[in-house]
Amino acid sequence: MKGYFREFVKGIIKENPTFVLVLGLCPTLAVSVSVINGIGMGIAATFVLLGSNIIIALLKNIIPDRIRIPCFIVVIATFVTINEMVMKAYSPVLDRALGIYVPLIVVNCIVLGRAEAYAQRETVLNSFFDGLGMGVGFTLALILISAIREFLGAGTILGYKLIKGFEPAFVLAMPSGALLVIGLLLGFFNVLKNRKI
Amino acid sequence: MKNNLIVSDSPHLHKEESVTKIMWLVVASLVPAGIAGVYIFGFSALRIILLGAISAVITEGILQLLTKRKVTLLDGSAFLTGLLLAYNLPPKVPFWLPMVGSLFAIAIGKQIFGGLGQNIFNPALVGRVFLMASWPKYMTSFTQPLNYDAVTSATPLALIKEGKVLENISYLDLFLGKRGGCIGEVCILALLLGAIFLLMKGYISWHIPITYIATTGILTYIFGTKGLFSGDWLFHILSGGLILGAFFMATDYVTSPLTRKGQIIFGIGCGLITAIIRLWGGYPEGVSYAILMMNGATPIIDRFTKNRIYGTR
Repeated sequence: MKGYFREFVKGIIKENPTFVLVLGLCPTLAVSVSVINGIGMGIAATFVLLGSNIIIALLKNIIPDRIRIPCFIVVIATFVTINEMVMKAYSPVLDRALGIYVPLIVVNCIVLGRAEAYAQRETVLNSFFDGLGMGVGFTLALILISAIREFLGAGTILGYKLIKGFEPAFVLAMPSGALLVIGLLLGFFNVLKNRKI
Repeated sequence: MKNNLIVSDSPHLHKEESVTKIMWLVVASLVPAGIAGVYIFGFSALRIILLGAISAVITEGILQLLTKRKVTLLDGSAFLTGLLLAYNLPPKVPFWLPMVGSLFAIAIGKQIFGGLGQNIFNPALVGRVFLMASWPKYMTSFTQPLNYDAVTSATPLALIKEGKVLENISYLDLFLGKRGGCIGEVCILALLLGAIFLLMKGYISWHIPITYIATTGILTYIFGTKGLFSGDWLFHILSGGLILGAFFMATDYVTSPLTRKGQIIFGIGCGLITAIIRLWGGYPEGVSYAILMMNGATPIIDRFTKNRIYGTR
């Protein structure tokens, strides 16, 4: 059990997909305008990660090595399609807000990266916890980035205005603001990491 | 005896000049324009200038302490950055705007890259563009000159952009600064005084400012509103932040090319972009964007204009 827990926890801090592995930056840059978008994107990616990691771990002995990437993509695309249809049916507002970035989870480097680097040579249970941890880590990173951007760029968190008279800086709601925030956070986490050692 | 035996790399020629001295002399050369700005727009302008400069120095000190670098509060570079930023602000902005701008200019524009001499972009302009993108409402509301009751008015360039005809504003008004605009950019006379001082001292060379201003003038003359070769080039040179930008910001040692040839290319590029933004772009003024874009091109310019080392091909 302890081993599974370690597989789960490593995705949150030690191998955080956004801040340590620096994977999946395109959706992070694009959807982190508001916290609700960040949470939605994080949950969608976690679902796809879990599904693809389990299926690929199950099929790892059947998939021929030479064509493994197309096979992975087919598996991932299946889960993305399920995800997209569910989102369209139950939460059309979020679907509209995330737009093209939901179908683009197919080519999200975190999902493919975990399939390639982990699930194709690990057991099903390990892959399950790895996917869960990576998904949670990605979601937390998205929430952190989008909270900073939503607060400074629009003056709100989850749509609620926090401080009266605070005048938001529009630039942080723009793409350049995403690059600024992610760059500063990456630097900050690197400083923390280097200090520990 | 020991001091006479120093082994060092070239260059072996040293001058009395130091970064500190040059920075404070540039600050001094900007003082006339500041006085003119305060005279034209009232004491709120002085408050903005002081807030901008002092918060830049404080930010620099705090960041150098945090990153455990040598604290160089008095070398004047942060003061100069804050001063130039404040000169680029409209005279009636809220008090926190110059502070946030200076914070951003020093933190993101300068210290992130490693401090003085390492930054790619002119910090003051980084701060200004950040403010422009964040709070356009404040950054584009200008007040009337010599009228301290905060009556808003557009800058001459903004009026031209909207296709309005300029009335009762003469070239002399523009030259002396009797127009709406940013604090430090309006009084051309005062700016030229400072610029001539710097040129005579040799702290800046003529290459960037003259090519910059000439390119803008020629292009705005050629592509006038009433057909080719009919543009009001003198108006374009005297309005906006062209003189301030060309003499005091494009010539920043750190972010402009090293060789004379490179500096001429840099100046022409700045002029080209400024004229394009003014004539066909979305904004009325393009000096800050032009200089920042050419800052980005500076490493490439330096690479292609390297001086030939004697004895090599």
